[in-house]
Amino acid sequence: MVEEKSINLTKVDEIINSYEGKKTNLIAILQKVQELYSYLPMEAMTYIGTKMEGLSPATVYGVATFYAQFSLEPKGKYVIKMCDGTACHVRGSMPVYNSVISRFNLKNGKYTTEDGMFSVETVSCLGACGLAPVVVINEQVYPKMTTDAMKVILDDIIKQERE
Amino acid sequence: MTNTLFINGKEVEFTNEPNLLEVIRKAGFQVPTLCYRPDLTQFGACRMCVVEIKYPNGRVMINSSCTTPPEAGTQVFTNTDRVRKIRKTVLELLLANHDRECTTCERSGSCELQKYSKEYDIKDIKYVKKRPEEYLPIDRGNPALVRDPNKCILCGACVRACSEFQGHSVLGFANRGSKTRVQPLNGMALDKVDCVFCGQCKAVCPTGAITINNEIDGVWKALNNPEKKVVVQVAPAVRVAIGEMFGMPVGTNVIGKLYSAMRKLGFDQVFDTNFTADLTIMEEANEFIERFKKGENLPLFTSCCQAWVRYVETQHPELINHLSSCKSPQSMMSSIIKDMLPKTKAAEGYTKDNIVVVSVMPCSAKKAEIKRPQLMTNGQYDTDFILTTQEFAHLIKSAGLDLKDMEEAEADSPFGEYTGAGTIFGASGGVAEAAVRTAYNMLTGENLTNLDIETMRGVDKNSKVKDTVLDIKGTKVKVRVVSTLKEAENSLQEILNGTADFHILEVMACLGGCVNGGGQPISCNDATIKVKRAQALYTEDKELTLRNSHDNPDIKKLYNEYLEKPGSHKAHELLHTSYSDLFKGSYKDLK
Repeated sequence: MVEEKSINLTKVDEIINSYEGKKTNLIAILQKVQELYSYLPMEAMTYIGTKMEGLSPATVYGVATFYAQFSLEPKGKYVIKMCDGTACHVRGSMPVYNSVISRFNLKNGKYTTEDGMFSVETVSCLGACGLAPVVVINEQVYPKMTTDAMKVILDDIIKQERE
Repeated sequence: MTNTLFINGKEVEFTNEPNLLEVIRKAGFQVPTLCYRPDLTQFGACRMCVVEIKYPNGRVMINSSCTTPPEAGTQVFTNTDRVRKIRKTVLELLLANHDRECTTCERSGSCELQKYSKEYDIKDIKYVKKRPEEYLPIDRGNPALVRDPNKCILCGACVRACSEFQGHSVLGFANRGSKTRVQPLNGMALDKVDCVFCGQCKAVCPTGAITINNEIDGVWKALNNPEKKVVVQVAPAVRVAIGEMFGMPVGTNVIGKLYSAMRKLGFDQVFDTNFTADLTIMEEANEFIERFKKGENLPLFTSCCQAWVRYVETQHPELINHLSSCKSPQSMMSSIIKDMLPKTKAAEGYTKDNIVVVSVMPCSAKKAEIKRPQLMTNGQYDTDFILTTQEFAHLIKSAGLDLKDMEEAEADSPFGEYTGAGTIFGASGGVAEAAVRTAYNMLTGENLTNLDIETMRGVDKNSKVKDTVLDIKGTKVKVRVVSTLKEAENSLQEILNGTADFHILEVMACLGGCVNGGGQPISCNDATIKVKRAQALYTEDKELTLRNSHDNPDIKKLYNEYLEKPGSHKAHELLHTSYSDLFKGSYKDLK
């Protein structure tokens, strides 16, 4: 589950203060914290819930688990977002997704590889339906994906990482 | 302004009712509800209260009556085929996600889901039942509350109670869609998070998802063990509520019948916690006067409510010094019983090791209180069992007795005599009122001319904070009475930022005090029940000849023969306790 790692809470504090500690800014604060750690550590959520007025750790946890954009587990260096919106779905996003899942041997709800290199997730629509099926790896957009193209892209990334 | 609308064809007047549901209920019609609680915000989660509304312009809508404001000229129908079908589907969907193990459920018989399933003739559920491997673990990790997520219908009543009453949202919603759960942070056990075990989540739960740890079996074992001397005490708020579970009108004081039921059940001694409530007042008033003279550790916090004590210990350990060092009346009674009876009743076979103390309380937090390490003597807990009002009613029923048939009786000497000051402990403001009556006497040597301090009374949701300024022969003493921890927190903030001007802070964690405690009979659908219970306590206070704790002859005798005087060495040994910083090392102690 969640990795036991000591968290530097002064940085979380700075983020809370930059939003004046207002609970209406909770989502923005969580986004910044996630940017910092690549996920939302339990300690950071507990701290936010304790520190900010009108919130409790359980409430913060509720918000964090409600939105798909937040992850409670550390994400990989490369986050592969695979669109499975209607357009991408009918143009064959699922076979591409399955090929990636089986290549990395991800099962039982796990979505990050053991070496912490890749995280795979589906998203509902990236707003680029003309390019379906679309895959976004970190900030880079890959249009009209197939299983073969996906293999080449991943091979490239792995090769690059080895060098 | 008065307007009218029609309910099932009957013309009904309404003025400022917050929602249509209240109008419907006031008019004498019933609509089923699972998530609606008058003292909490409307939530509209369960959809059981849907009604068909025909507007003057001809539009017909199906809407949840708890979230719809009443509108003049509308025609409301509460039992049409359409709404009944919707309610039935709602029930079927809820039951598909419910474990439906009614026979072993603590709430069987008082469960609202069970009641409506019967009323709506649910025989066959067309949805697939949850598989056993999908069941979630039950949290039995603490002495007070049991949380069984498999019975939760996500109505959110507990989440609202925890946030709106206690203000620190131990329970919250987690996840989304079909994976939604009500749980503490990350599904942790209740004793690992900030839960104070007030039981208000249980009090508003329509099902058995949150229940109180049942200890009836242990009490039966003690009662049936001839070697044990089983002693029972009963709290002030129990006497005005337990009758409801035997069909008596709300607000009936059944204390006399309760004593005889206790004797019939086989308890060897029947005592009344009201006696030690009087004793608490003697000690607490004395403590207050000492602090007031020295000007230290003011305001004094009352310490009768274990949920409040735990709140201070976990959230504000820096304010622990303000808590009165007095044990709760329940703990005082147990300490005295276990200390005195082996001496005074040795001839009747009472020894240090064979006394079992059972306390009948309106409270779930008391179950946690008795496990406090500070309340142990020679390695043994002072109190052996806490039974809630509900549990005790079940105990009476399971013995084949009916409270209604019991004759009136008296409690046993020497801890059975009580005054009106002791009995009002069960309502918010009662402890402060009783303390003031005695403090006034201790300072001036006279009794207050008017013993009814009305400004400290009131248990409904509009009387959560009550300030009173008393003039004790020229000295002004300001008393603040607070119920619910959310309001208590506001007062604590005043203390922390230096604006607090009160000298005594009485806090009861449950709205309205113990009359509305977590262990009381279910009363969450009617906000007037707790008011009637409190009224019954104040009526008893008025009817008693002795209304000041210091006038209780048995209290005087106890001090003369045993404790010497309030605050003496012996009194401290038996009646006072200490508190500890529970924030340190908790999950929130991150640095």
